[in-house]
Amino acid sequence: MSKVEVTPGLFSQAEVKPSLKATIAMALISLVVLFSFGIFGKAGDVRFVWSEKREVIQLPDLTVNSMLFCTVIASLLIALTLLSVVFNRMKKLTPIWLTCLFGFFAIMALLAWLATGAAQGVQMIFILSNTIVLAIPLILGGMAGIMSERVGVVNIAIEGQLLTGAFVSSVVGTMTGNLYVGMVAAMVAAALVSMVLASLAIKYLVEQIIVGVLLNVLVIGITNFLHSAWVDKDRVNLNFPGTFEKIPIPLLSDIPIVGQTLFDNRITVYLMFLIVPTLWFILFRTKLGLRARAVGEHPLAADTVGINVARTRFWWVTLGGMVAGLGGAALTIGNVGSFGREMSAGQGFIALAVVILGRWQPIYVTLGALLFGFTIILRVWANQVSPGIPVDFITMVPYLVTLIAVAGFAGKVRPPAASGQPYVKG
Amino acid sequence: MKLELRNITKRFGTLVANDNISLTLEPGEIHSLLGENGAGKSTLMNVLYGLLQPDAGEILIDDKPVKFSGPGDAMASGIGMVHQHFMLIPVFTVAENVVLGNEPTSKLGRLDLGAARKLVKEISDRFGFDIDPDALIRDLPVGSQQRVEIIKALARDAKALVLDEPTAVLTPQETDELMEIMRGLAKSGTSIIFITHKLREVQQVADRITVIRQGKVVASPSPKASASELASLMVGRDVDLEAKHKPAKIGKASLVIKDLTVLDDRNHQMVNGVSFEVHDGEVLAIAGVQGNGQTELAEAILGIRKVHSGSILVSGNDVTKSTVRQVLESGLGYIPEDRKKDGLVSEFTIAENLMLDGSFTPPFAKGIQIDFAKRNEIAKDLIQRFDIRTQSAETLAKQLSGGNQQKVVVARELGRELKVLVASQPTRGVDVGSVEFIHEQMIAARDSGKAVLIISTELDEVLALADRIAVMYRGKIVGIVDAKTSREKLGKMMAGIAA
Repeated sequence: MSKVEVTPGLFSQAEVKPSLKATIAMALISLVVLFSFGIFGKAGDVRFVWSEKREVIQLPDLTVNSMLFCTVIASLLIALTLLSVVFNRMKKLTPIWLTCLFGFFAIMALLAWLATGAAQGVQMIFILSNTIVLAIPLILGGMAGIMSERVGVVNIAIEGQLLTGAFVSSVVGTMTGNLYVGMVAAMVAAALVSMVLASLAIKYLVEQIIVGVLLNVLVIGITNFLHSAWVDKDRVNLNFPGTFEKIPIPLLSDIPIVGQTLFDNRITVYLMFLIVPTLWFILFRTKLGLRARAVGEHPLAADTVGINVARTRFWWVTLGGMVAGLGGAALTIGNVGSFGREMSAGQGFIALAVVILGRWQPIYVTLGALLFGFTIILRVWANQVSPGIPVDFITMVPYLVTLIAVAGFAGKVRPPAASGQPYVKG
Repeated sequence: MKLELRNITKRFGTLVANDNISLTLEPGEIHSLLGENGAGKSTLMNVLYGLLQPDAGEILIDDKPVKFSGPGDAMASGIGMVHQHFMLIPVFTVAENVVLGNEPTSKLGRLDLGAARKLVKEISDRFGFDIDPDALIRDLPVGSQQRVEIIKALARDAKALVLDEPTAVLTPQETDELMEIMRGLAKSGTSIIFITHKLREVQQVADRITVIRQGKVVASPSPKASASELASLMVGRDVDLEAKHKPAKIGKASLVIKDLTVLDDRNHQMVNGVSFEVHDGEVLAIAGVQGNGQTELAEAILGIRKVHSGSILVSGNDVTKSTVRQVLESGLGYIPEDRKKDGLVSEFTIAENLMLDGSFTPPFAKGIQIDFAKRNEIAKDLIQRFDIRTQSAETLAKQLSGGNQQKVVVARELGRELKVLVASQPTRGVDVGSVEFIHEQMIAARDSGKAVLIISTELDEVLALADRIAVMYRGKIVGIVDAKTSREKLGKMMAGIAA
């Protein structure tokens, strides 16, 4: 008697070549950078501005020839593309760090090309700090999405929760004259919206997507109505909260670039810094998180070890709503300073997309949201430095980069197994 | 711990799933609960485990009545359950699964995975399980997953362990090992309720037997009772355990598989260079433990899964790249392994299900319409010929019992002109009476000169039907042997040891 010979690697991955899609896209982008920005780019110099005037430590500006700079970047991009080819030949996926590095260089070239000849140059602080501020609603909306989907509830209503938070924080903040009260009210109100979703979806097993969509429509209706029938008639006393003061953190805020970007912000930004790693820690390092993920993966299995599935889902979804409410507050009292009709403008849906892009992981989702924040500010800034440029076309670039990044993730993306599935006991 | 169920009754609507059932489990005893699918065993255990509330009756532990409002209570009282479908989270590690719901923590509520690992290691070593605490569940073979389930129960200090159809997914060797484990556990004082419908295992391991039929306790035979005695108690009438058949009249090879390689959805190579032939007038049975590529093989033959390399010939025609419809029209009948998922549309009526594969051709189609009169006539005929127990042809498929659902599938496939029949798990989850009937139909198909390929993980079924047996292990055919081959040898082949 002898053991049957079993080919090594059998029942493991069959030899399938990884797709070349990402590599081809990289090659195309490298060529665009080389020719459009580099060799046939704009003549003249570009100035990179690293510091703002009021900062203690001033970094010298960097002025370079635009065409030369972009050509150098293009050659780096080509080198990265070749490296990706090598990975492909070794039958490996292009690693994430490579796509990230590629994206970073490509974006630097784009910025340089846009700001060529412009007096203000590439204002790094302006771009970076606005990226963060604009990304807050997306990040916090994304965290709300993670918190629901990780326990198996699809939360389409994030849009509505952002809008609720924006409205309530502005109105309550103005009425009480205390923005912190406004912020807490926003969180409570959005949590209530989430509770409606949670109880309908978990207790009454109503189709989650439908509840979510209806809630969004409902919140838009209510806020629009209240806005035009009430708030807009007395703007000064009802919708004029202003924004939180910026709180510079001593010493840290004096570090060049990083200080102004990260450590001279409003409370909403600092709360985001706190919430993202905390959520990560809870999800992946504590028993609360283990149980939550178990409920989202295999609710019956969780039930058989004595975990209360309905309760777990209810509270995670509700607390998620709270986080989204804070994101809504960041739109008004954290940035603009007053509420406008439908001002969430689809950011709740983008947040949902970012959740998938970021693989239901708080850190990745945050990075994804930052990319979207960047496109928003890029639009504004591109118009300032090179008026008349086709802005819509330019803002496509970060999304293109995203597509490549996603192509790199492809095949690994897997939602929580029980996402969207109601759990009926017995 | 002494466990007693007293006069348990559980109803679902008008159906009485458990009718006044009483059962006692003494410390350190293996008590076998024997009954057919649907007899009410699982319901009873779900009541015991707090997943269901009984309508009447009580549960006593050491003669004191207890009340379980959820599995948490049951576990706290020392009852552990290994479910038929494992309650493990595929993307978690062994350690995470074992401690889930009962997690050791260090400061800040931080999960103490070190302690969890140690716990798994300790129990695993004590019973010789050989389980790596850091392995992901989805990477483990079913046998090991089952041990994780047992560890999970023991980690919660289970004094009474319920094993629900634990051998359904195991090889004969793994089954023997499980029996050893059960004896070891019993010796160390753990009581075991062993739910099964496999007579051999009951005879092998039980200290006491309770037979349940249609929700009632019908007998408590001695563990020395013979298999046919147990079978008749279980079914309620005399059963012929051996299908009798005439010697095969072998004709030409109607189904030829050559060097077939098939990948699964994740590009794992599940069928790896398999070749065999099935001749007219014979039954070739493919034996093997679940998940060794049989599913992918069957799907590839029908054409719903792409063939990576190799070829498939049905009565001389190459159908490797054919569409499913072309394969069906070339004279192949197909009984899928999961009737609920692939065999039936449960929201359709019996008549509609019976015409699923022929809806586009006469006699069912008349131009672009369905010929309803003809359809009903055919349905009536098939229902009678295949003994489908139903009020009418308009009954929804989901309202039928498992056995009758399977007969609908069999009737549909055998109801038209066939050259080759491929049947995957033809009697899984089917009552003994229907098993007999379906087996007769398979043999009748063979006797009428069709080439029959049976894919089954039940060795009993393979031995009852096959003229030749091919054993599949990890995507390969270990060997093709005569039907008279001994169980021991087949068992070894199923574990990958060639003769």
